[in-house]
Amino acid sequence: MGFWTEFYALSFYLATLILLAGLAHKIYQYAKTPAPLKVPTMPAPLTQRGVVLRLLSEVIFFRSLFRANKWIWLFGMLFHGALWLVLMRHLRYFTEPVWTWVVLIQPIGQYASFAMMLGLVGLLVRRIVVERIRYISSPSDYLMLILLLVIGGSGMMMTFVAHTDIVQFKTFVLGVMSFDWQEIPTDSMLLIHLGAILLLMIIFPFSKLLHAPGVFFSPSRNQVDNSREKRHVAKWAIKQFETKQN
Amino acid sequence: MAKVKFETPDVRPYPVIPILKQDSMKGDGPFVAKPPMQAALGYPGELVDNWQEVAIEKMGDLLGKYRSLRVYLDSCVKCGACTDKCHYMQGTQDPKNMPVARQDLLRQVYRRYFTVAGKLFPKLVGAKDLTKDVLDDWYNYYHQCSQCRRCSVYCPYGIDTADISMAAREILDTVGKGQKYCNEIIGKVFKIGNNLGLPEPALRDTLEGIEEDIKDETGIDVRLPLDVEGADILLVTPSADFFAEPHVDGLIGYAKVFHQAGASWTVSSYASEAANFGMFIGSYENMREISLRIRKAAIDLKVKRIVFGECGHAWRVAYSFLNTLAGPFDFLDQRYPIPQHICEYTYDLIKQGKLQFDKSKNDDRRMTFHDSCNVARASRMGDIPGGQFVIPREVIKATCNHFYDMPSDTIHDQTYCCGGGGGLLTDDLMELRVKGALPRMEALKHVVETHGVTHIAAICAICKTQFLKTLPFYGFEMDQIISLHQLVGDALILDDKTDN
Repeated sequence: MGFWTEFYALSFYLATLILLAGLAHKIYQYAKTPAPLKVPTMPAPLTQRGVVLRLLSEVIFFRSLFRANKWIWLFGMLFHGALWLVLMRHLRYFTEPVWTWVVLIQPIGQYASFAMMLGLVGLLVRRIVVERIRYISSPSDYLMLILLLVIGGSGMMMTFVAHTDIVQFKTFVLGVMSFDWQEIPTDSMLLIHLGAILLLMIIFPFSKLLHAPGVFFSPSRNQVDNSREKRHVAKWAIKQFETKQN
Repeated sequence: MAKVKFETPDVRPYPVIPILKQDSMKGDGPFVAKPPMQAALGYPGELVDNWQEVAIEKMGDLLGKYRSLRVYLDSCVKCGACTDKCHYMQGTQDPKNMPVARQDLLRQVYRRYFTVAGKLFPKLVGAKDLTKDVLDDWYNYYHQCSQCRRCSVYCPYGIDTADISMAAREILDTVGKGQKYCNEIIGKVFKIGNNLGLPEPALRDTLEGIEEDIKDETGIDVRLPLDVEGADILLVTPSADFFAEPHVDGLIGYAKVFHQAGASWTVSSYASEAANFGMFIGSYENMREISLRIRKAAIDLKVKRIVFGECGHAWRVAYSFLNTLAGPFDFLDQRYPIPQHICEYTYDLIKQGKLQFDKSKNDDRRMTFHDSCNVARASRMGDIPGGQFVIPREVIKATCNHFYDMPSDTIHDQTYCCGGGGGLLTDDLMELRVKGALPRMEALKHVVETHGVTHIAAICAICKTQFLKTLPFYGFEMDQIISLHQLVGDALILDDKTDN
């Protein structure tokens, strides 16, 4: 068993563990922390169903961002939309036999990578060029985009320029998943691609990528507007005030 | 500080995103609360020796109590969507008045003390130690946020700078650096019952004086009852309504509406204030204390309904928080909204045909309407989402012939703050207030030029006072701001109810 095979197999387990445990911890923390006051940004839905629609309009269409700034919306939409297609296409390396719909979207997923890169470049250019965004950017904000560009760029190189031994790679992935390690192809593009993805998985729960679970827990977006009809009190407030009184 | 000279910003011929002017609003912030004012609210009198420790501990406490704070501090991706949305940013061009940059003042400290990345790689992720400079920046820039929530409308994650500035002010109070304006006022409410410090005899005098004025003007006995036990409706209104124009003209309007509806109503001297500055300082405890006064007044006076007068943040606390803080209100008449806004009350009567207007009485006024931020983005009226935009406009249109809205990106939930909300309506922040009024003044100028608008109506005591002061800086007259219920009162056809 070669060094790279062992290194990437172990890193895969480690990164998956950190990603899942880290996210589970953050989601648990968000879910457990109470929202003691009704603070939806109005106008807000009057029903739970309405809240689901509101959240979907944010998560799928980036509704608020669209109202805010068409350029950021366009690049953000290109990146996220294409990323989903690309991710779905990659399911073919984790399943045997490959699901039919994954087979069908293969060409779309491949060309979506151009849209993804365009979105990322657009966001990076804005971050560098627009004075206001440059002011609020930390090194990590640039590095995050660069990391994603490395992932996308190395992946596209393998898709369109220098193919890797994809059959052997799939054997490696399925081996890692079934704890029966098989050799990894060692061309540099693949190792760069995988390394960058593992790094992204590891930093996910410690970075601003927490916006992904965060949006679902945002009180200004996920609360029902019913404060007059239904009394809403946090446990800590009852404990601190109302039990003392009675 | 009030004497510092500054220039009123130029009205921009077309919308442009301003260029940043680093540190243009750097300073010491508004006057700091004196020790007795702090003590009255349960805060230390001056900056405690171990303020750093206390501040971090308080931040941890708030992170455990408010999901909003935790999620908002984690989720920002620095996309820039909010950067040009704040009226203070537009008016001052100080980059720290960009909502995300304002949040970052707290976020950098959160990252340093509460996140793995910030503990290990502070420079990489923009984390910072809590130094005296950072604390001073907190005090200065969290008192340049009017908590208007406009940024939260545009944020893809709904991050609300209002919540963050409230948390920051709560931390500042906890370490002993409170703001004089807010904390002094809250103290007055606890001691006397209202922001202005009007004691019961003065209030009674004022209300009697208003009754006489209405009698002189209309020949009709319109009552403004105080502390009447057994009245149906308790009116809770900002104390500014008892005090000065244009507020008092709104109060006259409510009184005429109640009169014409034949309603039994009363003001309470104990809860003679709708405003709740506890919200501005982010203090659940103080906000609750003030809210409980309204509950007590309602119980003591044995009323069946609570109606709130024209006040923006008061309506937020009333609509969104009152049930939480001082409920349940099971002793009130459940057939009516609890609480109800005076605009909802008037609108219902108009729909029922119980109010008749002579619109020509308002023909000398060509109106526009200013959506107050807390009404627009933090509350509702009526039973449909967005009723808070519809109802006040319907009331205006029922009472006057000429109404024109300001440009669509400056009204409804995209409305601009007047520039004086959130506990900033103090003379020591006059420069900020004038500059922050810029976007609203530009929108007003637009309808003045295109539709010949002469007056702007508001339903918020803070907006009214702020416009009174800032209109002249932009070449308008101070009396161009009026209360919405002044329009109602002026056009309402009154019946003499004494014979009935």
